[in-house]
Amino acid sequence: MNKVVDNADNAIHDITDGVILMLGGFGLCGIPENSIAALVKKGVKNLTCISNNAGVDDFGIGLMLQQKQVKKMISSYVGENAEFERQLLSGELEVELIPQGTLATRCMAAGYGMPAIFTPAGAGTEVAAGKEVRNFNGKDYLLEYAFDADFALVKAWKGDPDGNLIFKATARNFNPLMAMAGKITIAEVEELVPKGGLDPNEIHVPGIYVHRIFEGKNYEKRIEQRTVRKKE
Amino acid sequence: MGLTKEQIAQRIAKELKDGYYVNLGIGIPTLVANYIPEGVNVVLQSENGLLGMGPFPIEGHEDADLINAGKQTITTLHGSSFFDSAMSFGMIRAGKVDLTVLGAMEVSEQGDIANWKIPGKMVKGMGGAMDLVASAKNIIVAMMHTNPKGASKLLPECTLPLTGVKCIKKIVTDIAVLDVTPDGFQLLERAPGVSVEEIKEKTSGKLIVEGDIPEMQFN
Repeated sequence: MNKVVDNADNAIHDITDGVILMLGGFGLCGIPENSIAALVKKGVKNLTCISNNAGVDDFGIGLMLQQKQVKKMISSYVGENAEFERQLLSGELEVELIPQGTLATRCMAAGYGMPAIFTPAGAGTEVAAGKEVRNFNGKDYLLEYAFDADFALVKAWKGDPDGNLIFKATARNFNPLMAMAGKITIAEVEELVPKGGLDPNEIHVPGIYVHRIFEGKNYEKRIEQRTVRKKE
Repeated sequence: MGLTKEQIAQRIAKELKDGYYVNLGIGIPTLVANYIPEGVNVVLQSENGLLGMGPFPIEGHEDADLINAGKQTITTLHGSSFFDSAMSFGMIRAGKVDLTVLGAMEVSEQGDIANWKIPGKMVKGMGGAMDLVASAKNIIVAMMHTNPKGASKLLPECTLPLTGVKCIKKIVTDIAVLDVTPDGFQLLERAPGVSVEEIKEKTSGKLIVEGDIPEMQFN
């Protein structure tokens, strides 16, 4: 068993046109920068991307949108991206907007081997259209299915050759859930430590969920909204 | 004269109780954090995976891996914790978060809320709003009483696509504090210098006025 690959190009070598991808991250925080760059370089097209957001014009999934590689986005919020808006209005891009908790829990269900979940989010709204509604204890819930993604691309802080992952701060977000949900999960990490280099107590995602791992490089870690206060 | 956005936030902050876990939405709700009363300890939840949100970082100490749900750089506090997005919405769904404050475009007298979509305009998405309104046990809406065209945002029925149904309990606007009751909007307080008549005029949903309506207090 060797999960370690040299670089992003090798990690994504079998991602082909038309597949369904999950991409971790919230805004630009904790996104798989190296894997995205490799996908742009490879030029695969007609991708369905499940990701909370769609990046900004010149970073994150925005880079794939620029190259017209994305057929469909499944997200909860897609602001801050003019090219996205242009493709959506021109009909080049399909978008499915779903509540953020539903998005997270549909990933979780896939990783936990459950076909579906019931959630109250969206009950009584247009999100409920066409969905099965069940009433539990006087409250309506929607049946939402687990995602079925071909590949999950995630970014972690530290990982080891067994694929065990540890995330940092709010860069965790959707990454562990997607790591658990992909049929093939590709993890890029800031630091790949030797076997035994991680404390088992501190692991967020056990390696059984991770198929390929590599140490990424040149992380830009762009900040979307830089907010600061003056020293008091 | 109605309240400023800061004053709306200040009035909402009086609803905070010691020990509350609170989720603050983007816009006016975010400002509530600036007016937490002395002696009241609350824990702010950010739905991207943080309990115990601290203030913005000192210049030069920004961390790209540490942001809030508005994608702003923030800090942690002693006692903070991180978790993934499913757990974050799990604690919201399970009713662990005591209070949610969010903005709205419209609220109906039934407590329905619309705040995510305007037909004909680019739709950016609902983010976590639908999950929050569907599950939070206590939701306060912070908004202006009328829209920029002067039309009431407190309506018999929402005209915009809904975010959630029968979920809003309390509304704080620039001119009034109201409870949403089974019988309609119950007027509780008015902004300093604002008459009950003006509030009646600017409320298109059913307004209940019982007895003298006091002015809001800010200290």
